[in-house]
Parts: sequence; C-alpha cells; structure tokens
Amino acid sequence: MVNLIWAFLAVVGIAYAAINGTMKEVNEAIFSTLDEAIMITLSLAGVLIFWLGLMKIAEEAGLLAGLAKIFRPIVKRIFPEIPDDHPAIGYILSNMTANMFGLGNAATPMGLKAMRELKKLSGSDKASRSMITLLAINTSSLTLIPTTVLAIRMKYDSADPTSIVGATVLATIISTVAALLIDRYFYYRRKRAMHG
Amino acid sequence: MISIWLIPSIILIVLVTATIKKVPSYEVFVEGSKEGIQIAITLLPFLLGMMVSIAIFQASGAMGAILKVFEPLMSMVGAPAEILPLALIRPISGTAALSMTTELIRTFGPDSFIGQLASVMQGSTDTTLYIITVYFGAVGIKRMGDALKVGLLADLVGIIASIVIVIILFS
Repeated sequence: MVNLIWAFLAVVGIAYAAINGTMKEVNEAIFSTLDEAIMITLSLAGVLIFWLGLMKIAEEAGLLAGLAKIFRPIVKRIFPEIPDDHPAIGYILSNMTANMFGLGNAATPMGLKAMRELKKLSGSDKASRSMITLLAINTSSLTLIPTTVLAIRMKYDSADPTSIVGATVLATIISTVAALLIDRYFYYRRKRAMHG
Repeated sequence: MISIWLIPSIILIVLVTATIKKVPSYEVFVEGSKEGIQIAITLLPFLLGMMVSIAIFQASGAMGAILKVFEPLMSMVGAPAEILPLALIRPISGTAALSMTTELIRTFGPDSFIGQLASVMQGSTDTTLYIITVYFGAVGIKRMGDALKVGLLADLVGIIASIVIVIILFS
C-alpha cells in the first residue's frame, strides 16, 4: 500500500509537471526537500536523544511502572495483546500523556520506544495488532492543549485564543474513539478472514 | 500558561525520584540516549523518501489541481470552500497544513468562522502519513496491514467532527 502511494505521488507529480511546465519547481523541490529531511531528522534526533535518556531514568526509578500500574485496566482494554508488566505499557502511557498535553516532540520518542518494545513482542516485520492501535491513537492526536494552534491564534491577536480549546478537545475525543472503533473493526475483519 | 511549566516539571520529578531511589541518573541518561541516535538514523531513509515524493506532488501543482476538483463537494456540505485544502492536506503533510492554518487565520482573522474551524481542524488531528512513516520506519515494519486505512478513516471522522462541532458552537 505504502509502495503504491509513494510511487503514485512522485509519478503523478512528474507527469503533471511535464504537461503543465512546472518541471523547474519540481527540480527545486526535490533538492530543497533533501536538505529539509536532514534538518528534520537532526532536530528530531535531538529530541529523541534527550527524551529517551530521560525516560530511561524514569524507567529505572520505577516511575513508568508506577504509571503503568495505575492505568493498566484502561491500557489492557485498548491493547489486549500486551502482557501485564511489559515495559511497552509504560512507554505507551507516556506517549499518550505527552500527546494530551500538546508535547508533540516528547510524544514521538516515547511512541517510538513503545513501537520498539512492541516489535520485540511480535518479532516480525509485519505490523502487529497493538502497533496498529498505537498508530491509530497517535494519528487521531488525543490533545487537551493544542499548543501550536494557540500560539498562532495569539500571534494574530485573537480576542480569545483559547475559545477553540473546548471544540478541539471534543473533536479529538470523537476522532480518537472513532480511530479505536475503526481499528477494532479491521482487526475483527482480519480475524474472520484468517478463519475463512 | 501551564505548558511552560510542564516539561521542566517532568524533568524535576524524574530526577528527584531517581536521586531518592539512588539510580545513577546521568549514566542511565547517557545509556538511554544512545537509542535515540539509532532510531534517528533508522528513520532518515523512510522520512526522506516520503518527503521527496510529497514535495514533487506539491511543487508540480498536481496537489492544487486535485484540491480544485474537491471544492464543489465541500460547498455542498455547507462548509466554506476555503477550508478544503487544509482538510485534504492535514493527513499528508504537517508543514503544509500548519502553513495553511496560519494563512487562513492571518487572512480571515483568528476569531472568524473559518479561523475557528481551521484552528480546531489543525488541533484535533495529526499528520497520518508522517506518523506512519516515522513510527513504522523506526522499527523497520514493512507490511503495515490496515494501519493506513485506519489512520485515514479516523482523520475523515475527525475532520467531519471538527466541521459539525464548529458549526454548532460558533455560528
């Protein structure tokens, strides 16, 4: 699927540029994006290095296990395939918490670490059920404080920058619940297909 | 603002707890950090490849053309057509969506209907394609199963929810 999308975007783009004479822009975009990708990876690396270091301390100090213990019933429902006391639970919870508070750059390292733990569990190059669920939660972005949007609204002199917070939280709850339901639906469909 | 306090507080809690429990915090930090470098390097090819493809699509004008096709559909639902490019781009490119949101807020004002709708839309969903690329890329998942379908369908629900909620609350 991703192979198709990837090729489709580039092929259609180049074909369109050939017809509409935008090849120069395409050329420029290719090379500026290469730089951009390196810059994004570099700044992401800084965040990853810092947060994974800090989270390792939290793990050793028993903070992640404590967090996992409190929320285990909820996580167990959303991720039924993760065994109790598995370190993935602590990282998934940190990822969800960071997302809720709008700490996008703290959420990513913890989500990636959780993915690694899940990969250890599944040991295959195919996305496991828990991985897809974790992805669904992250793509629907469960936010309580949309920091970036608030910053933009303040910059353009909103009379009430936080007026959208309630609506955003409501929308994000709906999209997260929908993501979980859609995820479940596809899981049961896969299961049914497997049993013929 | 609470968010200014959040990250320093997390660091404080983690370090104080570690010190009380006699965890050698600095050494553990360095040990855990190394994994960050590794993840970033694994990630780079996935991210770079996807970004180039999206950039070609965008720079050629093909993205704009597709957005135009969808515009009448949007006005049929009763949502302003100006919001459509944002709704379509949000799952594909985070930077493009952010710049569109900024542009909409700048043009129409943060307290206008379109400004509110753009704010909610931007805040309530995330860049599905980016997240899938990064999360699966970091652990080398090649067969991603239903992940993309789940993510995109959830985005669709999020976008529709944003429109409905903003119409109810603000107009």
